[in-house]
Formats: sequence, structure tokens, C-alpha cells
Amino acid sequence: MSGDGKRKRYGYLVEFADVSSIIEAARRVRDEGYVKWDCHTPFPVHGLDGAMGIRMTILPWIVFGAGTAGFLTGIGMQWWMNAFDYAYRISGKPFWSIPANIPVAFEMTVLFAAISAFIGMLGMNRLPEYHHPLFRSERFRRATADRFFIAVEADDPLFDEEKTLAFLESLGGTAIEEVED
Amino acid sequence: MHKEIRAVGDNRSTGELSGKIVRFGVILAAVGAAASLILLFTGTGAERFFRSYLVNFAYFLSLSLGALFFVLIQHVTGAKWSIVVRRVAEVLSANIGLLAILFIPMILGMGYTYHEWLTPDAAEDPAIASKLGFLNRNFFIVRWVVYLGIWYLLTSWFYRGSVRQDETGDILLTLRMKRLSAPSLVLFALTVTFASFDLLMSINPRWYSTIFGVYYFSGGAVGAFALITAALIFLQRCGRLGMSVTTEHLHDMGKLIFAFIVFWAYIGFSQYMLIWYGNIPEETEWFLHRQTGSWTPVSWFILFGHFALPFLGLISRIPKRAKGALAVGAAWVLFVHWVDIYWIAMPEWYPNGVAFHLLDATLFAAMAGLFIAAAGRRLGKASLVPEKDPRLADSLAFENF
Repeated sequence: MSGDGKRKRYGYLVEFADVSSIIEAARRVRDEGYVKWDCHTPFPVHGLDGAMGIRMTILPWIVFGAGTAGFLTGIGMQWWMNAFDYAYRISGKPFWSIPANIPVAFEMTVLFAAISAFIGMLGMNRLPEYHHPLFRSERFRRATADRFFIAVEADDPLFDEEKTLAFLESLGGTAIEEVED
Repeated sequence: MHKEIRAVGDNRSTGELSGKIVRFGVILAAVGAAASLILLFTGTGAERFFRSYLVNFAYFLSLSLGALFFVLIQHVTGAKWSIVVRRVAEVLSANIGLLAILFIPMILGMGYTYHEWLTPDAAEDPAIASKLGFLNRNFFIVRWVVYLGIWYLLTSWFYRGSVRQDETGDILLTLRMKRLSAPSLVLFALTVTFASFDLLMSINPRWYSTIFGVYYFSGGAVGAFALITAALIFLQRCGRLGMSVTTEHLHDMGKLIFAFIVFWAYIGFSQYMLIWYGNIPEETEWFLHRQTGSWTPVSWFILFGHFALPFLGLISRIPKRAKGALAVGAAWVLFVHWVDIYWIAMPEWYPNGVAFHLLDATLFAAMAGLFIAAAGRRLGKASLVPEKDPRLADSLAFENF
């Protein structure tokens, strides 16, 4: 909050009435070179990722790495417990044998992979977030029902109070408003 | 914006390609059969012939059964994405009719393949004698007539219903197939389980594994998914289905192959670990044969080639969406599945080591040729996709997120 009591500007919010106009508009925002902006739709829209120019997520690599770490932890843990720190003969089996270790290693792989997928997804989406400036907008409530929105943040390096507003007005949305932080 | 359906005007009929496939298949079968017969009558003898025959029969049977499984799960789940790839699976499953004919030599060769329980000495061995009420020539043949009959009825009923819908557009056919798919899956599970006991497990009548049916099924399922994928890519290379079957459908086929590679490994390991842990000679003997002599590297090859390599190769979405990479993956899976069947059967007859014989390859060629020719002929009889399935438009527009 600044000294005069007025809130900082979060950005502009443009409303669209249907899927095809938001995809077309997203393409133009992407081509204009904005980076801090997002689309909000009531349901998953095919082709929106491409129109927004969103790159492939790196989450699968995190999950793969965590899964591998889980596998090695499972194997290493059993080696430490059964073969090294407290060597104990069970059913006449060798202290250290891979077949007996596979089920635990498998479970650890799944556990690590699942937790990293869950936490990684939350982290990369910066969740949980208790409040978002867009919730100040009355109009934005329809984002969960029947309206489509593009929000361009004021933090974007290309953002300019007048030029951005003029550009967004040219997108052909049904409404446009300024959202405070 | 809804994805535009661009499949109008796509070439979905096999046309003159059908004749070419049949010709290729017949020539391959003729060469393979001639070479096999020459080998049979020039000193190799019937024993080796019928053992190779059994391996290849089990291989192609598993592919048709896997294709039948694919068709049944699409109906039972009411899947929309798979409509455009279902016809190819139906055609491959309908090869059961051919396999029923190919079963006849299996009966002639029983003395060489199942001699462990057909020999009069079996009655002296208490471990086998108690099983002879089940494992005897007549009951074996009766069971196979039942299995093949059930599979023939299922495959032809689902194939014919789907083809009839191409003409009539009757939506009731979809509902009827959906309704019957669940009981069909129950029949499928029971027959495949017992058939795998008869076909492969009974080669060594002393050994048993209750999970064996699932193991045979899982290998056949992954092989069939690979075969369907390979067939789709082949048809596209020949200028068919170019627009109807998209990267999205191939991506899903790749997911199924990947999933069933993992499932196969899970079942294979479950079988291995319980036997290893239980450590009862009656059970461990089977794995001992496969850890002895030159069978050991084959076992390692299956572990890495049938699991580790395809697992790492198909885990990412990139190869699943690249046609060339997916085709290589599918061909590889079809190859290692054959090695797996070989590894299930052969060590019981040749416990001292790998005894590869030219007959293994020539009989493979003969059966592959017939399999391809029968599929090619049927592909020419109807459209390559179920044209009037009510969910066809959904399938054409299908997209992965």
C-alpha cells in the first residue's frame, strides 16, 4: 500500500465470451511479447497451451529424479540395515540379495515419485496461495462459470499504463478492467 | 475453439494394399513352410519340429488374444479415444480362426511336446500321477476345442458387430457390444488362464505357478498393443489413415505399451520372488533351468530387454509422439515377447542350454506369413475405422492434455 492509501495496480483483466476469442487473443498477447500474464477459463481448453506459448513443464524430470532417488534409498536402506549395520540371517537367504529388496525399493520409488509430483506441482504453481488480487474483481467470479479471462500483470517488463490498455482493448473482449493488488 | 476434424477425405480403405499384404504373407508363409518341411524330412526329425511349432503357435496365439483383450476393454470402458484404432485390433483378434486351424499340428505333435505326462512312466511318478485326470490326451483336446470355440465366438461376434454397424449405423450394436463385453472378459480371463496352463506350463507337469496365466496374458497384451501400433504406422506409411489416426492416438498406444511393460515385469517378478523366497525344490527347478548354462544370459536379456530398456525408452512423452521412435519400440517389444515365449518353453526340453535351431525361424516365418495374409485379407473387407460408431467424431478430435 502506498502512502496515499491507494493500492498498487496488479494489472488489467480482459473478459471474453467464448473459447475461440480467448484463444485468438492469447495468441496476440503471446506474439506481443508479454511474459507475466495468464488465462483463466471455466474448463480445460484444448490448444490454449500452444496459443499462450507455454513450454513443456520440467516436472517429469523432477519426478524421475525423485523416483530414482527413492529406488536407491530403498536399496541402500536395506543394505545398511540387513547386510551391514545389523547383519541377520533370515530364511537362510544371503544377507544382501536383490530379489528380497525389490518390493521395498519399488515402494520407495513410488513414494518418492508421488510426493515429488505433488509437492513439485504445488511449488511450481506457487501454491498454496491464500489470496489472489484477481479475487477482488466481481466480474472475475464468472471465470468458474461461463466467462474467459486474460490477466496481464503490471510487473511485466512490457507493461505500460496506456499502451497496454490500448492493446488489450483491441483484442475484442467483452469487458476490460483494472485490478488492484 | 474446437479442434477441427480434418479427417474428411482421409483414405480409410485398404483397397489394393490388401492384395499386396496377402501376396507378401502368402509368399513368406510358403517359403517358411517349405523350408520347415525340408528341415523336418532331412534329418532334424519331428521332435524339434513340433517344439519349435509350439513356441511359435503360443506366440501368435498370444497376439490375437491380446488384440481381443484390447477390443473388449475398449467396449467395457466405453472408451472414445480408441474408436479409430479399434478396427485394426478387431482384425488382428479375428485371426483366432486361423490359429484354430494351426492348432491341428499341435495335436499331432503332443507326443514330442508333452511327453512328460503322456509317457506311460508318468503313472509311476506320484507327483504327476495325481494330475493325470486333468493332463491326458482326450481331455486336453476337449479343453482346446472349448477354448478355441469360445475365442472364435467372441472375436467373430465383436468383429461382425462392428463391421455391420459400418453399414447400418445402428447405435444398438454399440450398446449390445458394451453389455456383452464384461461377461466376455470373464470368459476371456478363465480360458486364457487354463489355456496357458495347458499350452506352456504343462510342458513340465511337476511345476506349477498360479500366476502363470496372468504372465502369459500380460506378455500377449503388450505384444498385441505393439502389433496394433506397428500396423497403424505401417498403414500410415502406405498412405492410409493419415488424418484419422493422429499423434494423439499413437501417443495413447505408446502409453498402453509402456503400462503393460511395467505390468508384465510386475507379474514376472511376483512369480519369481515368491518361488525364490519359498525355496521349494518342486518350484525352484523351473528357474534353475533358466539360470543354468547358456540360458542364464537369455534370462538377463529378458530382464533388461523386456523391461529396463523399453521402460526407459518409453517413459518420456517424446518417443511416444515420434512415429519413427514408436515404430522401433513396437518392433523391439514384438521381438522380446517372442524371446520371452521361447524362454518359457524351450528350457524345459533343453535344460542344458540354448538350442537354437533354424526351424525356430522358418516356422516363425511360416506362421507370420499366414497371420499377415489373414489379417491383410480381412483388412480389405471393411473400412479401416468403424465408420458409423456413434463416438467416431469424439475419437477423431481426441487430444491429450
